[in-house]
Amino acid sequence: MESGPEFLGSMWVRMAWISSIGRYGVDSVARYGRVLLMLVDTVRCTPQRPLRFHLFLHQCLHVGVYSVPVVLVTGAFTGAVLALQTASAFRLFGAENLVATVVALSMTRELGPVLTGIMVAGRVGSAMAAELGTMRVTEQIDALHTLATNPVKYLIVPRVWAATVMLPCLVIFSDLLGIMAGRFIMVDVLGNSPVAYYKRTVQFLDFEDIQIGLIKAALFGLSLALIGCYQGYSVRGGAREVGFAVNRAVVSSIGMIFVINYLVTAYFF
Amino acid sequence: MADAARAEIINGSGTIRLDNVWTRFGGEESWIHRGLSFDVRVGESFVIIGGSGAGKSVLVKLLIGLLAPERGNVIVDGIDIPHATKGDLYRTMKHIGVLFQFGALFDSLTIWENVTFGLQDRGLSDRELRRIATEKLKMVGLRGVEDRLPSQLSGGMRKRVGLARAIAYEPDILICDEPTSGLDPVMSDTISELILQMKERLGVTTLTITHDMTSAYKIGDRIGMLYEGRILACGTPEEIRTSSDPIVRQFIEGRALGPMSIGGEEA
Ligand SMILES: Nc1ncnc2c1ncn2[C@@H]1O[C@H](COP(=O)(O)OP(=O)(O)O)[C@@H](O)[C@H]1O
Ligand SMILES: [Mg+2]
Repeated sequence: MESGPEFLGSMWVRMAWISSIGRYGVDSVARYGRVLLMLVDTVRCTPQRPLRFHLFLHQCLHVGVYSVPVVLVTGAFTGAVLALQTASAFRLFGAENLVATVVALSMTRELGPVLTGIMVAGRVGSAMAAELGTMRVTEQIDALHTLATNPVKYLIVPRVWAATVMLPCLVIFSDLLGIMAGRFIMVDVLGNSPVAYYKRTVQFLDFEDIQIGLIKAALFGLSLALIGCYQGYSVRGGAREVGFAVNRAVVSSIGMIFVINYLVTAYFF
Repeated sequence: MADAARAEIINGSGTIRLDNVWTRFGGEESWIHRGLSFDVRVGESFVIIGGSGAGKSVLVKLLIGLLAPERGNVIVDGIDIPHATKGDLYRTMKHIGVLFQFGALFDSLTIWENVTFGLQDRGLSDRELRRIATEKLKMVGLRGVEDRLPSQLSGGMRKRVGLARAIAYEPDILICDEPTSGLDPVMSDTISELILQMKERLGVTTLTITHDMTSAYKIGDRIGMLYEGRILACGTPEEIRTSSDPIVRQFIEGRALGPMSIGGEEA
């Protein structure tokens, strides 16, 4: 039986637990609100002079070109494992020629964009949070301000748009490699007909599937760069806080990728 | 109306005025500034001394509009900084050079790009910018470092590059946050000399924050001591040197024992 003070004590513990969830909820909502405000600020700053197009190109190099190898590896092995798994299941129904369709649709609609998004969030979103966070704690962002340069325009605008443009490009690579790896497994490893694989790939794959994948990719790019930049930009403190910001940037941008992925899929369902 | 406003701006250009400024962070109880007031006149060199955590760096953030006071006025170069529009604030920034406590150089840019960052929008060629960078770096006693990155310089060198960057666009007002801390005595004197030159040759208004008394006596037309959120004592170097205020005496003599309350926080 629960005695008075102990019971009250455990009640208090439970209430504290609930209120801390509540506070966490409020904090998260407030944080996403501030991320949206940063998006508004980014859009508003974009057309302001000077445009500094070279900063955008520089970021495209970092976000896009340097991410190609890791995206190729991810796409290829995903396509291959997808082909192997579906082949072993579909063989039971004698529907092996549908494997090509499964690989093509899954890669373009879901796996290509999501896995590319995750890899780039880990590679680039984290780097953005670390770089901007370090610039914040070493007063480089304040220095930009004193040199009459808007830090949002100088730092965030090029990063956000580079990621938004480059992610779809990376996803095209990932899709292609995935489909080619699927073909390699089905044709070269399991000895199926290359003609059938090709036919089954193009038969069911519409432009719309690819388009949905690319829309997702652009949204993933936008959100991972925005979250990475936000986390870095809003660091207060020192090296420890920069570490936390990087951590949060990766976790929350990957979480965001899953949410956006669901919403876009549901929208086009 | 517009004319009146312009007249006021011209009157105020090159000056700094703080009027009964109260600052604190968030909803915290502790005030950083409690009614801080002082004036810096055109072409004057004003030095603020004060202990660690006295709110000196926070004062710099108020002057450049990165923080707003809860109460009081901050007028720099004739602009009401906390209430200025973004456009006005950036226009004012073009007349203010700031040397940050730790240099705050841009890691990803070379030294010459750092020094000429404030000149970017003037349509100068890279050659010309490099020439200006070399000239400004020479002024702060640095040679042959143009193509290095900030990470390849020592702390003192970084600070001098920070000063070169702050003076590169020939500001009307120069604000230096602890320009000599972390430098050897000779280099400290070089920097003090340079700040003095900015004032004497170019008529730049300078506000220097320091706790290096040698430097304070050398460059200050007037020295103000920031203590418990306001200016405790203010006067010429001679007046400060001979001050009878026990707290001022303790600070300038650098004694651990005395009436000064050592704030809980060290910065
Ligand atoms: N961003 C901030 N948030 C909360 N407190 C701060 C912040 N920046 C400075 N402070 C506090 O303000 C006080 C003054 O800091 P500062 O101006 O940096 O001191 P100093 O005079 O050594 O330059 C310190 O107590 C510091 O803890
Ligand atoms: Mg300081």
